[in-house]
Amino acid sequence: MSTDTSTSLPVLTANDFASDQEVRWCPGCGDYSILAQMKKVMPSLGVPREKMVFVSGIGCSSRFPYYMNTYGIHSIHGRAPAVATGLKSSRPDLMVWVITGDGDGLSIGGNHLMHAIRRNLDINIVLFNNRIYGLTKGQYSPTSPLGKVTKSTPMGAIDNPLHPLSIAIGCEGTFIARSIDTNIKHLGAMLKRAAEHRGTSFIEVYQNCNVFNDGAFDYATDRETKAETTIELEHGKPLIFGKNRDKGIRLNGMNPEIVELGKGISEDDLLFHDERAPEPSLAYLLSRMSHPEFPEPIGVFRAVDKPVYDDLLNAQIVDAKKAKGEGDLNKLFLSGDTWTVT
Amino acid sequence: MPTSTETAPDQAQHTHKPVKELVSATVRFCGDSGDGMQLAGTQFTNTSALAGNDIATFPDFPAEIRAPRGTKAGVSGFQIHFASKEIFTPGDRVDALVAFNPAALVTNLVDLVAGGILVINKDAFDEKGIKQAGYEESPLEDGSLSAYQVFPVEVTRLTRLAVDGLGLGTKESDRCRNFYAMGLVFWLYDRSLEPTLRYIEAKFGKRPEIAEANRRALKAGYNYGETTEAFASQFRVNKAELSSGLYRNIMGNEATAYGLITAAKRSNCELFLGSYPITPASDILHELAKHKNFGVRTFQAEDEIAAVTSAIGASFGGAMAITTSSGPGIALKQEAIGLAVMTELPLLIINVQRGGPSTGLPTKTEQADLLQAICGRNGECPVPVIAARSPADCFDAVQEAWRIAVRFMTPVFLLTDGYIANGSEPWKVPDVKSLGTIEVRHPGPTANGDVFHPYARDERLARPWALPGTPGLMHRIGGLEKQDITGNVNYEPANHQHMVDLRAKKVANIALDIPPQAVDGPAKGKLLVLSWGGTYGACATAAREVQAKGGSVAHAHLRYLNPFPANLGELFKNYDKVLIPELNKGQLRLLIRGEYLVDAVGLNKVQGKPFSVYELVNKINELLA
Ligand SMILES: Cc1ncc(C[n+]2csc(CCOP(=O)(O)OP(=O)(O)O)c2C)c(N)n1
Ligand code: SF4
Repeated sequence: MSTDTSTSLPVLTANDFASDQEVRWCPGCGDYSILAQMKKVMPSLGVPREKMVFVSGIGCSSRFPYYMNTYGIHSIHGRAPAVATGLKSSRPDLMVWVITGDGDGLSIGGNHLMHAIRRNLDINIVLFNNRIYGLTKGQYSPTSPLGKVTKSTPMGAIDNPLHPLSIAIGCEGTFIARSIDTNIKHLGAMLKRAAEHRGTSFIEVYQNCNVFNDGAFDYATDRETKAETTIELEHGKPLIFGKNRDKGIRLNGMNPEIVELGKGISEDDLLFHDERAPEPSLAYLLSRMSHPEFPEPIGVFRAVDKPVYDDLLNAQIVDAKKAKGEGDLNKLFLSGDTWTVT
Repeated sequence: MPTSTETAPDQAQHTHKPVKELVSATVRFCGDSGDGMQLAGTQFTNTSALAGNDIATFPDFPAEIRAPRGTKAGVSGFQIHFASKEIFTPGDRVDALVAFNPAALVTNLVDLVAGGILVINKDAFDEKGIKQAGYEESPLEDGSLSAYQVFPVEVTRLTRLAVDGLGLGTKESDRCRNFYAMGLVFWLYDRSLEPTLRYIEAKFGKRPEIAEANRRALKAGYNYGETTEAFASQFRVNKAELSSGLYRNIMGNEATAYGLITAAKRSNCELFLGSYPITPASDILHELAKHKNFGVRTFQAEDEIAAVTSAIGASFGGAMAITTSSGPGIALKQEAIGLAVMTELPLLIINVQRGGPSTGLPTKTEQADLLQAICGRNGECPVPVIAARSPADCFDAVQEAWRIAVRFMTPVFLLTDGYIANGSEPWKVPDVKSLGTIEVRHPGPTANGDVFHPYARDERLARPWALPGTPGLMHRIGGLEKQDITGNVNYEPANHQHMVDLRAKKVANIALDIPPQAVDGPAKGKLLVLSWGGTYGACATAAREVQAKGGSVAHAHLRYLNPFPANLGELFKNYDKVLIPELNKGQLRLLIRGEYLVDAVGLNKVQGKPFSVYELVNKINELLA
């Protein structure tokens, strides 16, 4: 949705976006931080509260809409993207956010997530990835690593995990980003950019479930290690990481490799990030880089302009009216042959 | 058998042969699914409608798009009943059968009346065709057709001759055969060629040689009847005495789509349809997709769950939200329908029923999804259910379904079936100005600081339909149990009991808002026939037939299946026995027995076919005896 910064709007604060409902996540859950960033970003968008709708499926993360003082609908497991599709298609004036989890979005709702992204509806999807089923108390999820021991996999998970961003790119996603619950500045920036993107924006947020999968992302959040295990993407900039910013990613043929800067290798040899590349190959390649082989990219993987579903749908209505005139019931009823009985 | 009277030959308009007047006649075209039988039937239907007959049709086609040519699995048929009196069914027995090949003959002959007219495409009765149909030898030669008036016509050869010189290949020439057969049947029943000639122009005008070939084939068939010695007389069915007004022919799914567009206008809502293709419901999606100039938004979803949930999203946003499907698709939608019950959002769920369970008989009719509609969800989850009774009635049933959905803030099931959806009948076109409005209320913005209660209720227990975008009314809804009035998530035992009771009461309240159940026939008597849905025509006809012979039988047809009309229980007391005919194993009977402790008798048929009038008459007479 395009943001409108009309000056007549009252100046709101994060607090204005807090609902009167008690937040009931486990103490220490990463969801709190994401909620806090969302409330903080909202006032900066210039969109009135009543124009915002949060739609969710089922899971801990999907309780999110109850805690926002906007419109909201907590739907059924996996189906939030479809609910959002109907809402946004018929109400293009609303700003629609979809909140989902890794189980909700990729397991039961994989189909809908895929189709919402490929349609490029103007909505924002935030997938809270904790690599576990929280609400149902700790079964493995589609993003749990191989061998993960959980209540339902006492001998270890034997399903290959999914990479949410690879899927989103495969679905021709037009805005694709990743952030981390505890990296609040980065997270806020990603949410804002997603809001400003026209078309479907998809953000994966690494979220800690401290009850059933504590520490799943420690490598990416730990002060000691995060500079070595993550790499921040910036458009037009080379891929550099490391505590001393002395390492980079270089392309060797079709494959990325880690190189040390200096010793004959300069920044110019590195891979430069291009979030606007029309071809999604680079974004896909980045989405495949995972710990521990590589630092994991955070930031905007892809941001391109493509026709937006709700625009096209509504343009068809305008065109049909132009071509056939405003719908007239009499004309409709009398299309085809008629006869009169006297 | 229709009654007939001879008229003097000079009264006939186009012919020197005598014309017999009939009150009604039933004609069936049948052939391979590639032979164009549906088109032949539709053209004959439109022409008969334009001639002022009352009509009812029954298209019957195979589930396979193209079964191997000439096999029984590939037989496609179209039956039309036309009359100079009011009729309600496409006819039990066929007076004239046009069989395009042996497989079509063997599968359809049982329905032809003794002495009936049998037009056969002789060219298709070669050794291969005869074998494929399972005949030992040609039925044209073994005397097995002696009970009928058989007219073997070389349809293929004569069609090729008729189109000769237009430069068409054999395949293209043969495609005109159905027009030849139409022409012949049009002559037989003294019908005008004009509407079909217009159709040909409109349809094939851009390909003049094809248009010309079809025109020639049509006329050649007509002239064949006129000039050959084969046919001794023509038949004529005069105009029916329908109530005065402007009419058109309409199919059930078409009437449903028109009904939806109309209800959207009447309620000043934007129409949103979320749907996933399934036979026999797809045509509603197709029809609506054509009318975007009415502001109609159609969304072909990735599956049925997305179809219904997208509609729920649209409903939350204030649209007239609809989802259409058939039994298997409805099964997938049920969890979401529960969400619509919990969130108390208006939604129309249209189930064009077909034979089940599972994929069942995709192209055949059944009314076995009644319990699915009423009980098919988890928890105490009441949903109002109404059913259309005939093709044109789909229009009115939709108006009623949407009126209830917005008045009571609830999803509503509308049941139709394959038989109604694909059948057609004359529709008295409503006067748009007289349709009136369907009232929809949305609360307006509130002043800063006012608390909005999304689950406060009006006198009928409906909650407010507050739309996103309205300042001050921000609220969150969802599938978790709601606290009364505030709508906040609430698991307290007493609250859950209260809310379950409230939702049940709200749906029960609909009985106060619908007309009392009427009966056709004596107000007190020996037998009440209680029907619902697409069996209306057969039940009405059967009851009237028995009444005409002095039988003490009345007929009540239910539009409202949940809740039932308030006076229904009282009605049962006026009759000694109750008969409930259904195309299922007794689903309405179960509900009626459970609700009213009435020892109703069932007549239950699950053959993928509608009731014949005589089956019902026999059962009624048996119960009256
Ligand atoms: C149809 C259906 N199936 C199963 C469930 C049970 N269920 C609720 S949440 C959930 C998994 C949620 O996992 P995730 O999306 O990762 O969310 P989290 O709780 O971790 O935030 C499941 C299986 C349900 N509510 N509905
Ligand atoms: S179970 Fe995990 S994801 Fe759910 S609230 Fe608790 S910590 Fe958060």
